[in-house]
Amino acid sequence: MTLAAAPITYDPEIERIEITLLLEGIYRHYGFDFRSYAYSSIRRRIWKRIEAEGLPSVSALQDRVLHDRPTMERLLHDLSVNVTAMFRDPEFYVAFREHIVPHLRTYPFVRVWHAGCASGEEAYSMAILLHEEGLLDRTRIYATDMNEIALQRAKEGIFPLERMQEYTQNYQRAGGRSTFSEYYTAMYDGALLSRQLLRNIVFSQHNLVTDRSFAEFHVVLCRNVLIYFDRTLQARVHELLFESLATFGVLALGAKESLKFSPFEPCYETLDATAKLYRKVHAACPTTPSS
Amino acid sequence: MSHYAVIVIGTSWGGLEALGTIVRGLPPDFPIPLVAVQHRGRDARPMLAGLLQHVTGLTVSEAEDKDVLEPGRLLLAPPDYHLLVEDGYISLDTGDVVKFSRPSIDVTFMSAADTYRDRAIGVVLTGANDDGAVGLRRIADRGGMAIVEDPAEATSPVMPAAALKAVPHAAMLPLRQIPRELVRLSGGTTRRRPA
Repeated sequence: MTLAAAPITYDPEIERIEITLLLEGIYRHYGFDFRSYAYSSIRRRIWKRIEAEGLPSVSALQDRVLHDRPTMERLLHDLSVNVTAMFRDPEFYVAFREHIVPHLRTYPFVRVWHAGCASGEEAYSMAILLHEEGLLDRTRIYATDMNEIALQRAKEGIFPLERMQEYTQNYQRAGGRSTFSEYYTAMYDGALLSRQLLRNIVFSQHNLVTDRSFAEFHVVLCRNVLIYFDRTLQARVHELLFESLATFGVLALGAKESLKFSPFEPCYETLDATAKLYRKVHAACPTTPSS
Repeated sequence: MSHYAVIVIGTSWGGLEALGTIVRGLPPDFPIPLVAVQHRGRDARPMLAGLLQHVTGLTVSEAEDKDVLEPGRLLLAPPDYHLLVEDGYISLDTGDVVKFSRPSIDVTFMSAADTYRDRAIGVVLTGANDDGAVGLRRIADRGGMAIVEDPAEATSPVMPAAALKAVPHAAMLPLRQIPRELVRLSGGTTRRRPA
């Protein structure tokens, strides 16, 4: 097995300097800002790439990444790998149907932002849910990610056939009202999701770290994305998410994320503590930090 | 104040009982923060924390991202996430499975070793595969403390045996003696500083 870690002889202080320089270089040259990512987590992902490239050090990776765009693309893939599934955490979708859908019915038009959608599994899941609730036709889902290649896969909407059994179980546990197989066509190399679902999804590139808020939404889904950031960056991105929500808009976080380290915690009320559903209740939060 | 900054514990098959024995033997104010990784199914209900909480005065919870490492507290790796030890807190990660596992014991142990070096203690308990061996070796190589449950007494000997193979000089102890050893390493009871 690969270690995904520095050789034991490697000096941890030098490693830290090298990683800081690598991330600074990537930011200056490519514009991707990983400088405030959680250190242990990004260090492990960097070493995975170093080992895969057969390189001896972080500095050697930096040299290659700065001079060779394909290496950067491979590293970007490693840094953004986020394993997901359709209807991941089925109970989240059950709670969403119960607590959020009735509220969305009161709007003539619904805007949803799925921030950090990766290859799109969860955006399609949300589209299916909204379709079954009769809301998809008046909803637009803006699904964004920093990774163009992941977005390309999301737009294609082809997922491995061997995962369909798992997705079907998730779908049923998520309160699905139909038969999951109605939403995809099995082809010899994968399952192609219904093009109908795509009509109301817009996939586009957006980077939570470096880009600004681009609209006001009724629902913002940002699940298992903030876990990769350190606390300072999390607070900054929470500000962006807060700004992007309409008053009484809903924020959905990952199952193991919470608002407890966010300066915006007082600006939300908890709709479901387990499903991590929160409603924005203060238009201009009194504790808005000066960051 | 203890020299050690974190204790990471890894287990799979038989882990609930083994973890119960460990936490029962530790005082509520045990000074070293604890992290435990037990392989569980992706859909496992969050029962483990509740069951352990019944038998200990430590505060037990399933970890949420960026939870703080603090005395008197045991954080459990949640199903379907890797748990990484950072300086003073933990991060979660949904990267690829490692050796078919997420959470991976090796991932948590490696991060503890590389973050705290000789201030980490790794404990490998009963389990049915060799996860944890590589990570325990890392902890030992960084000068930390390696403890392994005696495979002869473990519910499932595979995991502790693999850990001992990777770290032959690890302290091999029967399960019931491990809490006492942790208390000793924490600077409790057996070591008193002169006034």
